[in-house]
Amino acid sequence: MWVTVTVNGERVRHDVEPRLLLVHFLRDDLGLTGTHWGCDTSNCGACAVWLDGEPVKSCTVLTVMADGHEVRTVEGLETAGELDVVQQAFLACHGVQCGFCTPGMLMTARALLDRNPDPSEEQIREAISGQVCRCTGYASIVRAIRWAAAEEQRRRAAAAEGRP
Amino acid sequence: MSTTRRRRPGQVDPGQLSHGQAEPGQLDHGQLSRVHDGHRDDEVRHIGHGRMPRKEDARFLRGRGRFVDDIALPGLLHLAILRSPLAHARIVRIDTTAAQAHPKVKLVVTGEMLANLPGGGLAWMPTLADDVQAVLATDKVRFQGQEVAFVVATDRYAARDALELIDVEYEPLPPVVDARTALDPDAPVVRDDLVAAGKPGPPNHCFDWEAGDRAAVDAIFARDDVVTVRQEMVYPRVHPAPLETCGAVADFDPIEQTLTVWCTSQAPHAHRTLFASLIGLPEHRIRVISPDIGGGFGNKVPIYPGYLCAIVASRLLGRPVKWTEDRYENLVSTAFARDYLMTGEIAATRDGKILAVRATVLADHGAFNAVAVPSRYPAGFFGGVFTGSYDIGAAYCRVTAVYTNKAPGGVAYACSFRITEAVYLIERLVDCLAAELGVDPVELRRRNLLRPDQFPYRTATGWTYDSGNYEATLDEALRLAGYEQLRREQAERRACGELMGIGVSFFTEAVGAGPRRHMDIKGLGMADTASLVVHPSGGAELRVSCQTQGQGHETTFAQIVAEELGIPPEDIRVVHGDTERTPYGLGTYGSRSTAVSGAAAALAARRVRETARQIAAAMLEVSPDDLRWTKGSFHVAGDESSAVTIGQIARFAYGPDLPEHLESGLRAELSYDPPALTNPYGCYICVVDIDPATAVVTVRRFIAVDDCGTRINPMIVEGQVHRGLTDGIGMALMQMIAFDELGNCLAGSLMDYLLPSALEVPNFETAATVTPSPHHPLGAKGIGESATVGSPPAIVNAVVDALRPLGVRHIDMPLTPSRVWAAMRGRTAS
Repeated sequence: MWVTVTVNGERVRHDVEPRLLLVHFLRDDLGLTGTHWGCDTSNCGACAVWLDGEPVKSCTVLTVMADGHEVRTVEGLETAGELDVVQQAFLACHGVQCGFCTPGMLMTARALLDRNPDPSEEQIREAISGQVCRCTGYASIVRAIRWAAAEEQRRRAAAAEGRP
Repeated sequence: MSTTRRRRPGQVDPGQLSHGQAEPGQLDHGQLSRVHDGHRDDEVRHIGHGRMPRKEDARFLRGRGRFVDDIALPGLLHLAILRSPLAHARIVRIDTTAAQAHPKVKLVVTGEMLANLPGGGLAWMPTLADDVQAVLATDKVRFQGQEVAFVVATDRYAARDALELIDVEYEPLPPVVDARTALDPDAPVVRDDLVAAGKPGPPNHCFDWEAGDRAAVDAIFARDDVVTVRQEMVYPRVHPAPLETCGAVADFDPIEQTLTVWCTSQAPHAHRTLFASLIGLPEHRIRVISPDIGGGFGNKVPIYPGYLCAIVASRLLGRPVKWTEDRYENLVSTAFARDYLMTGEIAATRDGKILAVRATVLADHGAFNAVAVPSRYPAGFFGGVFTGSYDIGAAYCRVTAVYTNKAPGGVAYACSFRITEAVYLIERLVDCLAAELGVDPVELRRRNLLRPDQFPYRTATGWTYDSGNYEATLDEALRLAGYEQLRREQAERRACGELMGIGVSFFTEAVGAGPRRHMDIKGLGMADTASLVVHPSGGAELRVSCQTQGQGHETTFAQIVAEELGIPPEDIRVVHGDTERTPYGLGTYGSRSTAVSGAAAALAARRVRETARQIAAAMLEVSPDDLRWTKGSFHVAGDESSAVTIGQIARFAYGPDLPEHLESGLRAELSYDPPALTNPYGCYICVVDIDPATAVVTVRRFIAVDDCGTRINPMIVEGQVHRGLTDGIGMALMQMIAFDELGNCLAGSLMDYLLPSALEVPNFETAATVTPSPHHPLGAKGIGESATVGSPPAIVNAVVDALRPLGVRHIDMPLTPSRVWAAMRGRTAS
């Protein structure tokens, strides 16, 4: 059946099987391979994307459920050639090792900071507890998200005072 | 699990240190890391650029990593594998008619068809050990999840649909599930193929392996003036479960007769050689590309049937074929780890001098012996190092390996070829002995740790440790932990009925295999090669035979070359994971990359530097002996203004003015055959709290002091340690590949096989001491597996310590609430 989905701001129209998972639509039909697939049981979170601004596990969403909705993936995190602060933070704090969980972690981190600009460590750990990372032991990811929160606060304060 | 995280007053919060130091290259240090003389970690000896951010992150952060399943080729077909639902059964009949009639199906293949392929059958393949494994079962299935048939279709969903259309009639057979029954006279026979081929001995017997002096050990245990302790312990079957499952894309070109295989491989060159031996194409017609790998941990060392199925399908169809296993397939069929049933015995004088250790091991190798170990060491390095970090004069071990109706494997998951099991055995035994003697476990370790003047140290079973200053590392861990204060706190809490435990482990690793004369895999010596070219522009390309799975090789190896040649790391490109673009080598596992390929890179750079010296001498018209090297340039001794930079030298090296006696260009290629293993070590302290009402164990603190010699990028080293500590928490508390009595795998999904989330791990407190390896060109020892090896016993020791007032001496991993609950009540739980 035909679906129309807005992916990273671009409207796409595709004929898909009703059973097609969103993760496979993104990866195989649209070639957006930044979204990964890792478990089948929505435990690992490697496939996390946004559906109308809410993080979802795209291995547990049918493409037809996204018909008429907006999807944002890791490829849509960068704006005007500049990395999002959470991306900068993962670089600065060694939040990336093999890179497989990274896109899902980034989407969840961005969603967390949009709702809570100053999360505690507890809140960060809770927020990413649906994502598995097998490489970092989470410490550097938690640190990266705190770094991003602090950096955004600094930038907001600077903007309010008219500083760069 | 509780989400509450307690932090003792004054404990460093890594996050607090993080803010305001955002500039790449000026990153915060995260943890207070110290050397034993109290310096900050930034003063720890490391290579040049230290904590530089990783070069490879740029693509991963943008979703532009290139993993095997990301590969898309024109005309790509998808392969799916039908797997056995039974652990042990004879295949009576396979009917593929309906599957072949599916409109999207291009090919259906069974084991019988593989056996009858032109040019020789492929129904069986050699394993990395001295055994064979079925690619697709022909006679019977020997474990649940075994490969039975495959389908190739035009999309991945259709391939799965068609699997449902294959009708297999099985005749169920009784399975061997418990290794302890495998050698019973009436046990079902797992490997009737081997028995038919004339294998001697009990049918399910795989091998025996001995090390040490049995008579000397027996004599000590027979003395009446020694204290002996015996403890049975199980290191359960676990699985590395990298987040990316295994897979391959095979693309055979029937015109050129060439094959390109993208696959999840930690050892692309070795895999190419093995593919070549199996499929009748020489290596120069095969290209193996291991692109970005989503975690390996040993899971991506073996050759899997799925790789061969994809290759066979592409050859038969002349089109590219992709196989990507799902999580169930990964957990039930690919390389598991451990499954060692151990009985340990330790003998000591009454004042705590350890005299002897004896270990008897029953090893469950599953249905095929597919361990990935150096061929002369079928039980891995267990027998060489099970005396641990202690001066123990006598040791003996016997490992008996058996076949069972379970998935093959045994050596994987950051185990350093079974040092995990060895360290767990000795570290649990030392704690049991301490309890028996009524001595603090730290004090007992201190009395027996190797002294610096004993290095190089030869273990009782004949292995050599290169260097160490163990007591300094112990003291640093105790200081960071505040050990005495923790013991006081424990006493206070115990008085209130609370269950708090403190566990210590001290481990010694043996990594970086070769030397190749002692260490080979399938006859391939364990050496690695680095090829370095400095271009006329002054930038460099380093090609290495190891393969990153997240360890950051593109950064670390660039730093090594930068240190040696003075070229900025950003101007050095590290190429890896492609047999067509890299020189031969055995790959990345067993913490080999820095220890072997890192040495090759450093020595190749030094060779380039010597060539550069000759060229600089020509440029400056002086003798090479008159030149002095300061990082990045040569100058005439006494005249620094004469300096020519490596960039200027490179330009000259390719130019018309280069003297005729010099070869044009600036490059070197070097294969490194390690003279010996390196021996990273460390001391870990774990603090746990156990909820008396629920028996839930919470890891409150984990202090890890690692000595891996020279640290090239301390940030990456810490990341490796964090991973291993998380592995340790998973293995000690949560993870187990369990089976029911019919051989059904009970851990076939991440709902059943529990991996630690961010809620189960504390903020690790890591630190360093630095004792360089005396024989590695950089003094580096490797760090990849230290924490996985060293951390489980610290956690188990902590839990047992917490429960000691209840009379608990040992609990087998994983220490799930049900097991701890049972132990608290004097029972054992399954």
